[in-house]
Amino acid sequence: METPVLIEIKNLKTHFFLDEGTVQAVNGVDFTIHQHKTLCVVGESGCGKSVTARSILQIVDQPGRIVEGEILYHRPDRLSTAGNGEWTSDEAGASGNSTTEIIDLAALDPRGREIRAIRGQDISMIFQEPMTSLSPIHTVGNQITEAIKLHTDMLDDEADEHAVELLRRVGIPRPEERLETYPFELSGGMRQRVMIAMALSCNPALLIADEPTTAVDVTTQAQILELLEELQDEFGMAIMLITHDLGVVAEMADDVVVMYLGQVAERGDVDSIFHDPKHPYTQSLLKSIPRLGVSRNRQRLDSIRGMVPDPYNRPTGCMFGPRCDHFMPGRCDAVNPPAIPLGPEREVHCLLYEDE
Amino acid sequence: MSEQSTNGQQLSTSENGSAAAGDILLDVKNLQKWFPITAGFFRRTIGHVKAVDDISFQVLQGETVGLVGESGCGKTTAGRCILRAYDLTGGQIYFQNHDGKMVDLGPLSNNEMKPYRQQVRMIFQDPFNSLNPRMPVIDIVGDPLKINKVAAGKELEDRVASLLARVGLRPEYMRRYPHAFSGGERQRIGIARALALDPRLVVADEAVSALDVSVRAQILNLIKDLQEEFNLTYIFVSHDLSVIEYICDRVVVMYVGKIVEVAETEELFAQPFHPYTEALLSAVPNPDPRMRQQKDRIVLEGDVADPANPPSGCYFHPRCRYVQDQCSQETPDLREIAPGHFAACHFAEELTLAGVTASGELG
Ligand SMILES: Nc1ncnc2c1ncn2[C@@H]1O[C@H](COP(=O)(O)OP(=O)(O)OP(=O)(O)O)[C@@H](O)[C@H]1O
Ligand SMILES: Nc1ncnc2c1ncn2[C@@H]1O[C@H](COP(=O)(O)OP(=O)(O)OP(=O)(O)O)[C@@H](O)[C@H]1O
Ligand code: SF4
Ligand code: SF4
Ligand SMILES: [Mg+2]
Ligand SMILES: [Mg+2]
Repeated sequence: METPVLIEIKNLKTHFFLDEGTVQAVNGVDFTIHQHKTLCVVGESGCGKSVTARSILQIVDQPGRIVEGEILYHRPDRLSTAGNGEWTSDEAGASGNSTTEIIDLAALDPRGREIRAIRGQDISMIFQEPMTSLSPIHTVGNQITEAIKLHTDMLDDEADEHAVELLRRVGIPRPEERLETYPFELSGGMRQRVMIAMALSCNPALLIADEPTTAVDVTTQAQILELLEELQDEFGMAIMLITHDLGVVAEMADDVVVMYLGQVAERGDVDSIFHDPKHPYTQSLLKSIPRLGVSRNRQRLDSIRGMVPDPYNRPTGCMFGPRCDHFMPGRCDAVNPPAIPLGPEREVHCLLYEDE
Repeated sequence: MSEQSTNGQQLSTSENGSAAAGDILLDVKNLQKWFPITAGFFRRTIGHVKAVDDISFQVLQGETVGLVGESGCGKTTAGRCILRAYDLTGGQIYFQNHDGKMVDLGPLSNNEMKPYRQQVRMIFQDPFNSLNPRMPVIDIVGDPLKINKVAAGKELEDRVASLLARVGLRPEYMRRYPHAFSGGERQRIGIARALALDPRLVVADEAVSALDVSVRAQILNLIKDLQEEFNLTYIFVSHDLSVIEYICDRVVVMYVGKIVEVAETEELFAQPFHPYTEALLSAVPNPDPRMRQQKDRIVLEGDVADPANPPSGCYFHPRCRYVQDQCSQETPDLREIAPGHFAACHFAEELTLAGVTASGELG
């Protein structure tokens, strides 16, 4: 079932301008996030997942900036006007679009008022590095209530109460006492829950979660993922989930984007990606998933041969070419494969499928 | 723990370890680490977080011991105690020194610890927080070499370059600062730093958790290669059980500051004896979207146990699906249920718990 579009990313390019040269961290990325759905972004370390997420919020670190492309945010009515803009499943979504405010986030001033209003309120993010995004010198309680007060008109007492409620909601024991603790006193999993509580404090339309469970054990991971699903049902937010755990993708995703070296290799619904992967990179990723009970006694693990190329010396033609078993000399090193559509919101960037 | 050769042959290749394979390198006895909980203006102590509460285990020379358990159960704290980054609340940490004697690191002063800090190294859990943002990579990786006067100048640079190459990073990047690297790249910087001094024992705290599958496979292969090459011993903390299964000889399962199960890896996965281990194994996500509904995952009910105020009796009892009256009253001891296989559950012998069977391939 299709739900209305929330974010449409078109040909996004975010580059870093360093003394040694330009890092094309995100280099022509297209994908769509739908309301109420979960989109998972997977790909090799350094392929640009976090930078893509940061681009949406316009919080790309210096010396990086968005150099091209659009990030169209279809702002749900409940956030743009006072009206009741609850998400509806019927066709009205499409016709309702005519009144939906569309904002190009890529064109906003990163320090401007508009994007600051959107951050945290419309779109919030759980960062990959919980310790650097929680302030070490402020208590957990202070940080959550600050986030609440920034985007709502709640007063101190109300904000405190709301913070306790949020901490309880994400499964933190003794939430009243936890308000007084500092982030360093919490375990990795607890910090992650605090981050989720903060990110949810304003009921966002989109929650971006960058590796939200890499720091926690599997039972806690199962709970956090379940929590995210519950909260999604309850609040109807879309989730953009960045993870390298394909098990998590299999359990959470509606749609999947597979990235490689700053570009999309393949995207589609979760079932197609796992059961009918088209791109050679996706195929080898799926083969290198360690499976319980299977990798036992194995001397070495399968890995994709070679390394991710130096961002300053990107291959010509297809970015995956130097590591690809289907490499076609003369073609794959000549053309950067365009998006080849395979169905609605299903496409692959590989020349093997050019004539289909 | 099953076979301990007392006079094993000398296997070590480098000057930094004369212990033989099979010898006990580390013997942790009744280790405790409590953190005070303070309140009020005078920071009066009103209780303790019993982060690690009376754990004992041994690590043999050349072996890899896995440490798994729920977030907050004390794995990192245990690791930091072994490094003596913390003062201990109680217990002993015997470490075999170069002469083959077991030395208790527990009471050593900072100065006395110095020679051991080269031999016991840690790869930190959080690659973002553990690298100094104002230091270029050459200093991050090279500092241990400089401080310990192992190398300087051009030689230092060469060693750093080869360490970086070893972990799959480009030596040309050594003048960059940590923020210019992705999560996985930073993790490798941390590994290079830990290995710089040719340690004997490496505590790897979630060392590969920030890595994606194909790079992780490379790093795990590297970790195994280095072990063979230098007769390294690892304590490997990870929540990724497929990684644990691949890399570890034995596994220690912790729950709220205590050890609940210890066994050889294969046995633990095939036949767990503790209900918490069973839940842990069942929570591993299945990489097939079509299995979403079918999985008989044990979702642990109830609150995350709080080490400041643990439940009575068996700490796991409020969440255990096999709980009986006795469980809330008596604390089970860690007992040997089968040879080399220990569990802390009153009913370990009676229960038939599910382990992991080989999962099918994708269709
Ligand atoms: N501040 C920066 N300055 C220079 N280069 C950067 C900066 N931040 C990121 N990069 C580079 O941009 C590329 C993409 O980085 P990004 O953090 O998006 O990777 P990622 O896909 O999130 O990887 P991981 O899974 O390891 O977190 C990498 O090559 C990285 O080195
Ligand atoms: N410096 C500290 N002061 C007070 N409490 C602490 C401190 N460090 C850890 N704790 C507490 O000790 C317990 C164990 O924490 P630890 O970081 O060892 O857990 P962990 O098993 O490594 O968890 P994770 O898998 O989330 O990293 C937690 O309850 C934590 O809140
Ligand atoms: S375009 Fe060529 S090199 Fe690239 S993935 Fe397809 S076959 Fe491989
Ligand atoms: S002792 Fe009782 S509560 Fe504890 S694990 Fe065993 S059966 Fe469960
Ligand atoms: Mg990232
Ligand atoms: Mg830890």
